[in-house]
Amino acid sequence: MQEYFLLFIAAIFVNNIVLAQYLGNCPFIGTSKNTGVAIGMGAAVVFVAVMATAITWLVQTYLLEPLGLGFLQTLAFILVIASLVQFVEMFLKKMVPPLYKSLGIFLPLITTNCAVMGIALICQRKEFTLVKSVAFAAASGVGFMIALVVLAGIRERLEIRRVPRAMRGTPVGLVMAGLMSLAFFAFKGMI
Amino acid sequence: MITTSALTLFGLGFGSAAILSVASKLLYVKEDPRIAQVEDLLPGANCGGCGYPGCSGAAAAIVSGKANAGVCVVAETEAMVAIAALMGQTIEEREPEIAFRDCTGGTRAEERFAYAGIMDCQAAAMLHGGSKSCPEGCLGLGTCVAVCPFDAIHMGPEGLPVVDPDECRACGKCAEACPRGVISIVGMTSRLLHLNEVTDCLAPCRQKCPGQIDIPRYIQQIKAGDYDGAVNTIKERNPLLMVCGRVCPRPCETVCRRNNVDSPVGINMLKRFVADRELHGGTHLPVPCAKDTGRKVAVIGGGPAGLSCAYFLRRLGHSPTIFEAMPALGGQLRYGIPEYRLPKADLDWEIQGILDLGVDVHLNKRFGKDYDIESLKQDGFEAVFLGIGAWQASGMYAEGEDLEGVWGGIEFLTAHALGQSIDIGKKVIVVGGGNTAIDCARTCVRLGAEVIMLYRRTRAEMPANPEEIVGAEEEGVQFKFLAAPTRVVGDENGRATHLEYKMMELGEPDASGRRRPEPVEGSETLMEADLIIPAIGQKPDLTCLYDDDAESCPVETTRWQTIVADPDTFQTIVPGVFTAGDVFTGPDLVISAVGGGRKAARSIHYHLQQDGDIPIPDTLQRDLIPYTMFKEVTGVRQSERAQMPHLCHGDERNCTFSEVEGALSETEALAEADRCLHCGLTCYDRDMEQPEEKEQQIL
Repeated sequence: MQEYFLLFIAAIFVNNIVLAQYLGNCPFIGTSKNTGVAIGMGAAVVFVAVMATAITWLVQTYLLEPLGLGFLQTLAFILVIASLVQFVEMFLKKMVPPLYKSLGIFLPLITTNCAVMGIALICQRKEFTLVKSVAFAAASGVGFMIALVVLAGIRERLEIRRVPRAMRGTPVGLVMAGLMSLAFFAFKGMI
Repeated sequence: MITTSALTLFGLGFGSAAILSVASKLLYVKEDPRIAQVEDLLPGANCGGCGYPGCSGAAAAIVSGKANAGVCVVAETEAMVAIAALMGQTIEEREPEIAFRDCTGGTRAEERFAYAGIMDCQAAAMLHGGSKSCPEGCLGLGTCVAVCPFDAIHMGPEGLPVVDPDECRACGKCAEACPRGVISIVGMTSRLLHLNEVTDCLAPCRQKCPGQIDIPRYIQQIKAGDYDGAVNTIKERNPLLMVCGRVCPRPCETVCRRNNVDSPVGINMLKRFVADRELHGGTHLPVPCAKDTGRKVAVIGGGPAGLSCAYFLRRLGHSPTIFEAMPALGGQLRYGIPEYRLPKADLDWEIQGILDLGVDVHLNKRFGKDYDIESLKQDGFEAVFLGIGAWQASGMYAEGEDLEGVWGGIEFLTAHALGQSIDIGKKVIVVGGGNTAIDCARTCVRLGAEVIMLYRRTRAEMPANPEEIVGAEEEGVQFKFLAAPTRVVGDENGRATHLEYKMMELGEPDASGRRRPEPVEGSETLMEADLIIPAIGQKPDLTCLYDDDAESCPVETTRWQTIVADPDTFQTIVPGVFTAGDVFTGPDLVISAVGGGRKAARSIHYHLQQDGDIPIPDTLQRDLIPYTMFKEVTGVRQSERAQMPHLCHGDERNCTFSEVEGALSETEALAEADRCLHCGLTCYDRDMEQPEEKEQQIL
């Protein structure tokens, strides 16, 4: 139990997927202008990351490794994640329209989200079991969501502040992301 | 190895494609193709000004019917027409709206503390309410400027946001960002429907005016030479500006901050100045009205309350019809106010301006006799406004007051206005101290009689306007104070010949705060009179509301013979029946009736448009706001108040019914407007320091 607890804390704070691993910066900056949008995107990442990690683990363990095709990992994972996102989108649209509407544009955005891909690859590199991989994926997704929501809160306030014209929007967003990243480095001493 | 790799990837790809193909067949959801088409027609600005997250959200909302074709604040008319055509909608002209800043303070409001780095309005407002001594006014930090996506707002030199009407798209972001509610998005309808709230920038005069006229605004417009703008500002609250410019007793001036310096600004003189300018221009300035709603409303009574109600209903797009019992409109403006104070020709002109908007009129139609509420409903009227005034004179409660030769004040004035010949004789006694009593006395002087006014208190306690009292005195009216009538004495023909009165002395203050007059025993004296006019009060005549058996009345009434209604909505216990004016308040000012008429029109509008749900603001202003009533006004130099010019002099004044008071000249009006301190809740204009004063301070 302690192992999973540490895994969670490490994935959320110490090795935060976006602030410590620098993965998923595009959606991080692109969808952090509004807290509501940030929560939607964060939820979508958690959902897709968990599903993608589980399926890629199965593909790696039962297809690529037995055939000695580990070098195809990246290509295979891209294929699987893109297809999975498309499938999930269709499934939710038909079966759970309210959830589909709440995720909205974020599901297709995740197709090209390297954070999801990164989570799947990290699980393989660290040779996690299926259950651990899923737990790690969920924790990393939550870490992404927390970073996104915090940055959105900051940027909402920046909207009404006197920011030099050249720094408005993405530039000041990146500066804030950098500062947040520095702040998250302080968690390194936790574990 | 290569073959295995290729086959594996192919297999994975094929497997995925197969799964997706099957899924797309099984999970296919038909999507309205119009969403994409509408999105193509939108400008793609993704500004969020429409309230939806981006253009795709707006397109989906349009197709699902949650938003109309004009929801985009950026799209031009062309795009709007194309979207409407796609959606099978028709484009209707929408009332233009724009961001409006209601604060006069800016840098004139004193700072409470200096900022230490928190430079946005919301943070400043959360920290002790902001930097300014005014708890409601603009903080001047420009948050609204920062959030405007269209660069339509900038900070002006006075530290207040200035809106560029050409660039404003009424997206509402500035209003949303402002923590003080200083900025709102308003169109004509919302301005007409707005009631004074304590969070508005209410100068004392605005708080006191029963018509809620934006007085500082129109005085500033006069000062800037924008006389038409001033007329329009007044007409947003009062369609009878020419009338009020002549007869209003100016409650606003009693709370003018200049009272603490020298004398109040001649607010009413300025109103009359611009009103007369419009009058002498010969044409009414155009008054915009909202699009026709086709809802019919019956307005019973063509006095100031009824005219005001009909005017505002018409401006809100409804179709009012006025039913008037008398041969002409105007109510007590026509039949209770003498010609020398309010010329009938001018009154006709002003009323015609209201009727020209599209108000129907039925004259000589008496409520309760020619029609009633039921018959009005059958004729398609969806709401009724009762503004039947207070036409019954109160009695003196003196023995013999029913003798011939005793006329109630309002009855006398009405008979005179109708041109009936009244034998007033040579000596007239008018009992009372209000404006109606003075009107009766001055009318009798003009008809050639010797007039004595009997009032039971002292001159200082007379409720009539001081100028009216002085005017009556100058025209030869004699006063007998501390005298109350006890008995009317008549001859053998039943005609009054004398009035017996008792002298009074003032005792302890009564509920009104005035000292109660008490009779001096044995002081009874007889005074000769050909005509006795008791003008000591009026009350509504409610007989028209009762059935033939005079027992049942559809609305609730009070013991003062007024109609009971909700004090905020003016709705009676009968849904859809509203009231205002003297029949609701008891005898009151013209401007009170005008204000009541507007408030009733507002309620009727909501009653018709929202199925009876009439919203009342939480911060409604009901009384004067204590912290805005200053005892001391510093930094203002004294200046002389303008004097209203007299038009008639000498004998001409007593013998004719020509108008007595004139209007200010343009130079006088500009000088008087310059005396206005342009007050807000706590701020006002202080005079600039003179160079010599500065030098003296340095020395």
